Amino acid sequence: MADPVVLALAVPLCPLAAFGLTWLLARGRPAAGAALSLSAIALSFLLAVVLLWGQVHAPGTIQADIPWMPLGRLVIRMGILLDPLSALMMVIVTGVSLLVQVYSLGYMRGDPGFARFFSYLSLFSFSMLALVLADNFILLYMAWELVGLCSYLLIGFWYEKPEAARAAKKAFVVTRVGDLGFLVGILVLSLMAGTFDFAAVARFIGAGSVPQGQVTLVVLLLFCGAVGKSGQFPLHVWLPDAMEGPTPVSALIHSATMVAAGVFMVARLYGIFQASADALRVVAGLGAFTAVFAAAIALAQDDIKRILAYSTISQLGYMMLALGVGGYGAGLFHLTTHAAFKTLLFLGAGCVIHAVGTNDIRQMGGLGRRMPVTAVTFAVAVLAIAGIFPLSGFWSKDEILEAVRAGGHPVLYVIALGTVFLTAVYMSRLYFRVFAGTLRKDASPHESPAVMTVPLLILALFAAGLGILGSPWVGRGIHGLLDPSAPRPVLDIGILVLSNGLAAAGILLSLVLFGRGRASEAAQGRRPGPLYSLLAHKFYIDELYLLLIRALFFSLTAAVAWFDRHVVDGTVNLVGGASKNGGELLRRTLAGKVQGYALIITCGVLAALALLFAASLGLLGPWLLGPGGAGR
Amino acid sequence: MNVTLTHYLVLAALLFCLGVYGAITRKNAIGILMALELVFNAVNLTLVAAGRFRPQPDAVGQLFALFVIAAAAAESVLGLAIILAIYRRRLIVNADEMDLMKN
Repeated sequence: MADPVVLALAVPLCPLAAFGLTWLLARGRPAAGAALSLSAIALSFLLAVVLLWGQVHAPGTIQADIPWMPLGRLVIRMGILLDPLSALMMVIVTGVSLLVQVYSLGYMRGDPGFARFFSYLSLFSFSMLALVLADNFILLYMAWELVGLCSYLLIGFWYEKPEAARAAKKAFVVTRVGDLGFLVGILVLSLMAGTFDFAAVARFIGAGSVPQGQVTLVVLLLFCGAVGKSGQFPLHVWLPDAMEGPTPVSALIHSATMVAAGVFMVARLYGIFQASADALRVVAGLGAFTAVFAAAIALAQDDIKRILAYSTISQLGYMMLALGVGGYGAGLFHLTTHAAFKTLLFLGAGCVIHAVGTNDIRQMGGLGRRMPVTAVTFAVAVLAIAGIFPLSGFWSKDEILEAVRAGGHPVLYVIALGTVFLTAVYMSRLYFRVFAGTLRKDASPHESPAVMTVPLLILALFAAGLGILGSPWVGRGIHGLLDPSAPRPVLDIGILVLSNGLAAAGILLSLVLFGRGRASEAAQGRRPGPLYSLLAHKFYIDELYLLLIRALFFSLTAAVAWFDRHVVDGTVNLVGGASKNGGELLRRTLAGKVQGYALIITCGVLAALALLFAASLGLLGPWLLGPGGAGR
Repeated sequence: MNVTLTHYLVLAALLFCLGVYGAITRKNAIGILMALELVFNAVNLTLVAAGRFRPQPDAVGQLFALFVIAAAAAESVLGLAIILAIYRRRLIVNADEMDLMKN
């Protein structure tokens, strides 16, 4: 078998080559661009599966690097780290990417930017794969920013739409806030440790020579990056707006892969995070708060993609919670299952949007009979995310709940259980509103073509069955791979009954409230209560930010602008004006007459002579003509 | 009376100042040229005197003065030709009426 390092390198480089070739050869040739991109990601997927297979049979860490940039004592090395975590992530990224690209063939058909779309997807795949393979902070940060760039390009893919352009900008700027902390954390940590290598930095921190307070601070700075990228409170505001991008992009980037980069980063740097119990408590607390907070907002949204976006935020909060309480395997397992069912939900939503031409669930209803494949697969995903036994979401969510309970955090445990209930309510509300009830009279929806429904079916298979990896029936499953010291999972009947009971209660509540599908005209016209308004306006977080930015930032910039206009520009204008006016003044003294010039020359020579004479007498000190120069 | 280098130099300085004064104040362009000849001659006098009063007197100073005379002759030819050309075109010889260097 080929060298795993070469294979691992080829995984990200295939999409990169596709990206470059698309721009070089296939501009304006949609079929060629899509073919390049698809074949590259298919090849990457195969290689990633081979690598994961290798890791399953012989888990181990392979690191390969080269010296890249020697900076005096500090040598920056560049390399890849192939271990079970990166192999698993590669399979998730390439697998979701492949399915989403196939789906995009149908979804984006006829779009004027077809080839450009696929080239961006290739660039994204490359960046994300480089991110998961990185073995050092520099490469991680570079890939981190690259996926941010791809996210920007793809949210703003329909850049003629002002909302899309605005949402792209917002995503870029908001994540930048978190990335600033991330960058500072990386630099401080790496300069303390004298290396950028993950393992070496973790060893350095583990040695305990750094005061605990500093470790906590640095780890929290690193966590800032994850907060921004994974849409955790208070930097979650960009993710719902990012839904302005094409739906396959939302499925790929803003649910399954890029937003999970924050979770992946915490997992990759888990050795460093574990050095600070306080920082882990913050991770857990913020994750739990984000989970319940976003789930509550999702209850009152009417845009199908925004509901899914808040659901993503909530589930990412779950993963953070798991990592924070020490459930390393549980968090990553949930990342894996979430990638399957959330991609499925988004792609299903894409089919629905294609069929009815709107994002507003108040305009939908009764689609179940017209779009059977979409409806059934969507139902599987809804049940999976709600955590109904035995679908995949149940297994991963139960492990998180168990980890939280085992970690001895009663408050977090209650919050997590509450979120299970809320998740069931808002997801089934979405389902009933869209698929149940009666069809709108003027609508004639139709099922999507096979190129879109086949990915749905494949994903539904995974959303239903992936949980087997974490069940007690397959040995140690995914945990044996990720964390060799993890115990064999056991099925906790208590949690099973509790979480399924809550989820079922949520679905039943939803059925009673929304089971008739589209809300009646009377209900739509009713005045919403204060709690509903609060949720529908997302706790007014966006408004608060706007207010803060207007009040603080704009007044500050106004002062800076005044300073620039009057002091900086004033100085420049003064210099310019003085030269101009001075020149004008001097110009008048010269009449263009020979003798005037002769007089000035004579005066100049006399002045020079006087100076020399004074210097020769030593009146001006030695510096004018040099030491002894005047005396000779 | 013993004539020393200082006497020559003072005389040359007087001649030089006279020439410069004339060059600046004369109205007639030909007068300016004549005043410039005085300046050249002041320089020549300095060169010859300096050559004469070297510790070992030699002809270098005189030689230098000959070159200056040749250069001065060439300068006069040029200057007179310019003045003549201006006179033919504009019928003026007064330097303060010549303002071609402006505008």
